[in-house]
Amino acid sequence: MSYFLLRRTIGFLATLVAVSVVVFAVMNVLPGDPALTILGLDATDDALAALRDDLGLNDPLLARYFGWVAGALVGDFGTSHSFRVPVAELIAERLPMTLSLAVAGMILTLIIALTVGIYAASHHGKPGDWITMFLSQLGIAIPAFWLSILLVLLFAVNLRWLPPGGFAGWSDPVAAMRSLVLPTVALALVQSAVLARVTRSSALEVMRQDFTRTARASGFSQRRILWRHVLPNALVPIVTIVGMQFAALVTGTIVIENVFYLPGLGRLIFQSIANRDLPTVQALVMLFAVIVVTANFVVDLLYVLIDPRLKART
Amino acid sequence: MFEMHEMTVRFSIGDALRDASLRIAPGDRLGIVGESGSGKSMLAACLMGMVPQSATLSGRLTIDGTDMTHAAEDLWQTIRARRAAMIFQEPMSALNPLRRVGDTVAEPMRVHLGLGKAQARARVQALFEEVGIPDPSARLRMFPHELSGGQRQRVLIALALACDPELLIADEPTTALDANVALKITDLLVHLSQSRNMALVFISHDLAAVARATTEIAVMYGGDIVERGPTAAVLGTPAHPYTQGLLAARPDPRAMPREADGSRRRLPTIPGSVPPLQAMAKGCRFTGRCAVERSECASVKPVPTGPRHTTCHALLHEETP
Amino acid sequence: MKQLPANFIIGAVLVAFVVGVAALSLIWTPHDPTDLNIRAKFGAPSHVNWLGTDQLGRDLVSQLMAAARNSMTVALVAVLLGGSIGVALGLLASAIGGWVEDIVMRLADLGFAFPALLFAIMLAAVFGPSLTNAVLAIAFINIPIFARVARASGNQIWTREYVLAARAAGMNKFTITLDHILPNIAAAVIVQATIEFAVAILAEAALSYLGLGAQPPASSWGRMLSEAQTLMYLAPELAIYPGLCIVTAVLGFGLLGDGLRDMTDPRLARAR
Repeated sequence: MSYFLLRRTIGFLATLVAVSVVVFAVMNVLPGDPALTILGLDATDDALAALRDDLGLNDPLLARYFGWVAGALVGDFGTSHSFRVPVAELIAERLPMTLSLAVAGMILTLIIALTVGIYAASHHGKPGDWITMFLSQLGIAIPAFWLSILLVLLFAVNLRWLPPGGFAGWSDPVAAMRSLVLPTVALALVQSAVLARVTRSSALEVMRQDFTRTARASGFSQRRILWRHVLPNALVPIVTIVGMQFAALVTGTIVIENVFYLPGLGRLIFQSIANRDLPTVQALVMLFAVIVVTANFVVDLLYVLIDPRLKART
Repeated sequence: MFEMHEMTVRFSIGDALRDASLRIAPGDRLGIVGESGSGKSMLAACLMGMVPQSATLSGRLTIDGTDMTHAAEDLWQTIRARRAAMIFQEPMSALNPLRRVGDTVAEPMRVHLGLGKAQARARVQALFEEVGIPDPSARLRMFPHELSGGQRQRVLIALALACDPELLIADEPTTALDANVALKITDLLVHLSQSRNMALVFISHDLAAVARATTEIAVMYGGDIVERGPTAAVLGTPAHPYTQGLLAARPDPRAMPREADGSRRRLPTIPGSVPPLQAMAKGCRFTGRCAVERSECASVKPVPTGPRHTTCHALLHEETP
Repeated sequence: MKQLPANFIIGAVLVAFVVGVAALSLIWTPHDPTDLNIRAKFGAPSHVNWLGTDQLGRDLVSQLMAAARNSMTVALVAVLLGGSIGVALGLLASAIGGWVEDIVMRLADLGFAFPALLFAIMLAAVFGPSLTNAVLAIAFINIPIFARVARASGNQIWTREYVLAARAAGMNKFTITLDHILPNIAAAVIVQATIEFAVAILAEAALSYLGLGAQPPASSWGRMLSEAQTLMYLAPELAIYPGLCIVTAVLGFGLLGDGLRDMTDPRLARAR
């Protein structure tokens, strides 16, 4: 393993530790009594005391932190107060929904953004460029949840092609896929607006470089030059944004799941907030933060795969 | 056979190439000399069909008699690499940094000649040997940044030779290289031209390199070919005032000009500098910097005259009093 | 005078419109935005209610105007709060350098691990959902962004000759920071602030939509949308107008920010 990878890995692990400290601190150290938050103001003193004991609130802070981390490392996030089952079980049950939404959204984002971005770059300064860039500027300004509502209005309320929301489970794969079409499109359209712009400017930068001229002098078609020569070289800035976007997509699922009433982690977070289920919220926030940090770490690793020059330098 | 007859490349701000006429037959070695902005790269771009879209072309360009002046991009794609190929000044930036050089050189063979992976690889290896890259089987797995400047230029030459072109255009191929490497690359280009009976267009501002590499020469200034003829003759007895100035401004260690008292004389220079395209004179482009300038020079474009197709009013006047 | 970039002009017009409407709502709205009139519910557009009324008979135009004011206020407070803390940290890092700079920048990296939504969720879980928590969450994500901008541009200014001269003249770093560094990074900070303003409007809308922001009866575009969503079959138009308002505001500030950047940094403008 190279020095570069070693340094990045250590940085990644350090960030994870720091993230866990922040999450724990906000949820536990800030003024307020979790037991009171959970049970409400009309709870009896006995009940509060029992819950405090149950939550381990009487233990010293450090011990609670390490207890939480040690548990989390082996997949034990404590017990949900509202659902009365281990938090890990809740997560395992709902993770597939969120992950498939995020992954499908990412794939669709990449397809749309790379096509549009490369198209705009190859039509630089022409109407095709202006139109796509205007649309992407608009796309950046549209909130995902409003786009979702518009999609539902059009495709579910008016045309009745697709269900407006809800999810009946994976047992009927066709119905499941149909339920996920609109959420995926809503997630991807907004994200691809940003990525298309990055792709375009990065591709334009590469198209000004000499090797693009070499490729043209080699008699290659415009399509081949764009996809085989320009795009790979334009990928480094694109991958940076994709890393951040995957993070945005994963947190975007929190919103989208609530718009479409999908039983994923995002819905779970909101149910937990409504139920004042602090251990579940804490575990879920930590999980989302870990996904965000991991996505950025993976991007760092991808750089090395994309660009052989980095390997030599590090 | 590549033929250019009175080619003009016009941009909104002016003509980057004016009435250029040339003939390039198999095995010819033609040098094109001039400062930056003289139109020599535009001439090369014409031969490759790579003139910027914003330009309008007039005149006639033919390849084996087929008119290519206004040929579409997809027709040019059948010419490039297979009939005419080109190498550039900066061998580092001219190679795709993310590809192994072997794959880069193999790509045109696979795309244009339909070769399989193994066939292409064998051919790349043979080409690497031909252009003097030592240990080809190891080199072809390397990335451009792992090679030296001279080797990168050799890779680019191999890439240009991938589909056995009839014409190789080398645009300032040695400018970015060390002097001794530059000499070797120049000799390699000459050798390849001779052994393959391939025409070579050698573009440079370096008179010594052009003298070494070519048999014919065209001198360019401000988009005009001001003089052309056999290399030795043109450089030995330059006809056009610009060529004369260019040769006088050349530092020659063997014949360093000295004053009568033996002190070193300052190298003569052509007064002024190349004006930008939009400020060029309508007549002879050398107007304003010329020592033998006449009244008609600024407004009337001189007609190519004599065996060297020289474009100069003063000369015309001398020859036909 | 050089011609102003198109994105700047369009952005400025949109921003002037949105901010103007928000300011106007302070002194005048056609009706009281919270005035219920159940009998007039789902009213069609008329000369009394220009865009009609909602499910509780409230005037839509008045609500949208009040929501504009709320949205601008949230964005302004959040960006000012997060921005000033961030700029202060960035300037500190840039002035002192060394381990202070390292720590500030590592903390900034850490900040990027928490999107506004996650932070708002944590605060809502502990303190209950409120507009204040939404503002704090949006302010929080602005801190690392502004810290980075201030440090990066600050570090450039610290190498300028007039700063070196001021140091040679014995001025202390605090004075130099106030006299020389801050005025010179102002342009970069203002550009970033304009762009983050757009992001903050989006974030406020999303948080309010999810119920983590403005609480009833305060008007908010995001909350109006979440209410409209349940009525989609009855009154689809209720789900249109608030969204258009968000897009107008976000587009306006986004374009204005891009335009400002093009004007202050021509090198970047060309690269884009």
